[in-house]
Amino acid sequence: MKAVTGHRLFWPAAVLVVMLLANLVVTPGFFSIQVRNGHLYGSLIDILLLGSPLMLVALGMTVVIATGGIDLSVGAVVAISGALACYLISGQEDQGAVSGVLVAVALALVLSAVLGFWNGLFVARVGIQPIIATLILMVAGRGVAQLITSGKNINVNSPPYKLIGGGYWLTLPFAVIVVAVVVALTGLAVRRTALGMLLEAIGGNAEASRLVGIRSRRLIVLAYTFCGVCAGIAGLMISSNISTADGNNAGLWMELDAILAVVIGGTALTGGRFTLAGTVLGALVIQTLSTTIYTTGVPPQVTLVFKAVVVAIVCLIQSPAFRAKVFRRRARPAAPPPASPAAADVEVNA
Amino acid sequence: MNRKLPAVLLGAAMAFVLAACGSGSGGSGGDDGKITLGFSQVGSESGWREANTKSIKESAQTAGIDLKFSDAQQKQENQIATIRSYIQQKVDVIAFSPVVVTGWDAVLKEAQAAKIPVVLTDRAVDSDPSLYVSFLGSDFVKEGEAIGDWTLNEYKDATAPVNIVQLEGTVGSAPAIDRKKGFESKIASNPNLKVIASQSGDFTRADGKEVMTAILKANPKIDLLFAHNDDMGIGAIQAIEEAGKKPGADIKIVTIDAVHDGMQALADGKINFIAECSPLLGDQLMDIVKKIKAGQPVEKRIITEETTFTQQQASEALPNRKY
Repeated sequence: MKAVTGHRLFWPAAVLVVMLLANLVVTPGFFSIQVRNGHLYGSLIDILLLGSPLMLVALGMTVVIATGGIDLSVGAVVAISGALACYLISGQEDQGAVSGVLVAVALALVLSAVLGFWNGLFVARVGIQPIIATLILMVAGRGVAQLITSGKNINVNSPPYKLIGGGYWLTLPFAVIVVAVVVALTGLAVRRTALGMLLEAIGGNAEASRLVGIRSRRLIVLAYTFCGVCAGIAGLMISSNISTADGNNAGLWMELDAILAVVIGGTALTGGRFTLAGTVLGALVIQTLSTTIYTTGVPPQVTLVFKAVVVAIVCLIQSPAFRAKVFRRRARPAAPPPASPAAADVEVNA
Repeated sequence: MNRKLPAVLLGAAMAFVLAACGSGSGGSGGDDGKITLGFSQVGSESGWREANTKSIKESAQTAGIDLKFSDAQQKQENQIATIRSYIQQKVDVIAFSPVVVTGWDAVLKEAQAAKIPVVLTDRAVDSDPSLYVSFLGSDFVKEGEAIGDWTLNEYKDATAPVNIVQLEGTVGSAPAIDRKKGFESKIASNPNLKVIASQSGDFTRADGKEVMTAILKANPKIDLLFAHNDDMGIGAIQAIEEAGKKPGADIKIVTIDAVHDGMQALADGKINFIAECSPLLGDQLMDIVKKIKAGQPVEKRIITEETTFTQQQASEALPNRKY
């Protein structure tokens, strides 16, 4: 039992399960998945599909946070990437041409990578604190997105582009497949090679890692570039899902959701040890929370309070110090004093 | 010699600042006699807002008014900061479209203390009316009532309950509050008309789609969707189509605004009825500004001219629409 509850992914997973079960009680058909129009259809599929952009952004954020940094510009990059892709596609004569869509997608991702690289340079080469370095692009980036769209919503009518964020492949949402592939590749890269350890070393102690010969600057730039690309893909998904580039609202406040997903997943903002699986769970928790609010009909006026209360509870449950206190208090009347110190020690050490 | 240099530079800087102040306090905005209007726009969250922005910019140019324009990106703190900067720049008139209803007293009092008249456009505030000169904009309650009237007429013979879903605008914004009020007060007279779900889609297409997707799963039988603006309605149309239903037929859709994309959907039969909320208030605004500057009285409340559209009327009006 201790082995299960002690696992670092136990609490985020437990929160997600509880939230889904609560939905099942309120909405009996919540878990039902049917095949409609040749693809899977149901609330669970919605959560995966609509949560895909956040999962990607949070994934990139995890890697950046592991190095002891933070990236506030992801929401702006989401807007820029979607705006550029839709702008390029809307200018083409045949919007349905696969080649044209591929070029637009490639250019949008290259731009996202450049923006991430730019953040990385500021942090690693110029030595600006990450929160300030990325704040620059967070503020300016939304302006860039609106510049690309000339302040309008750009509508596209392109079936191949629609596939990215709203289409299905082998009955599964294409976006979910993309997320699965990116998460798997990232997992392999950080856990099957030394990369993950090196990133944790930089986040743990940048100076010590430099002294043992880790090229921390290069890795930091790499982390921010990766984060930019992840945000870029998310931007493509969001604009593709509604076939519209909305420079003003796409990805608005997404950086905060992404940071929250990372924290709920169990990665500390101080850097060092990180968990990709936890981040994915964290993003799903956030998306499930939104879907829960809409399906159960929480009044719009109290939506934010409802979210805040749930997030506060989740964060408290996540905290080992809080758990130790609560469980010790509960254990006292039941167990005699001699038994409890040992248990308390374990909790504190964990 | 070098020691004196900083003092000389400082002196030069002070002289420059003094000179700048002198010219600033004498004129109001500029020296060329042109009226300066500081305008703070909510954002560019929808096609409606685009048309609104365009109308104001074009009208200012035609009227020969020097327009200082700022986009608040849906944040009240941005708008307050912008208005303060307009006060400091001593513009002749400040106009803004308040993002939410509450919390404007302090900054409006600052404008009043600086003797700069304020005009509200498109959205109202709950501050004391003495703090602003005029409010130019649509009557959102009336728009909601127009939708309510259509609904009453459409379902006047209904014997079974009619399930209605409402996609509300930004929580706390005047159009969301008033359109809801107008609509719900009208349909209250028919007990068969029931609002079974009402959620905020923040006036955007993406949120409209996400909210509708979830509501469709939770409520198998929906007869009518009322979206507080076209963009949320268009997002909801996508959600309805993806659920394998036919928008406009399986689920009837009514919206407010009548922007181009919405009118197109109406003409295509995907929306059933739209109440117009005209964004073309630039000319009226410039008239008000000129009147204020000339010392003429202006009315406290000026309502923009608006109409409603059925599918037939939309197909006819579409080729001539400006936005």
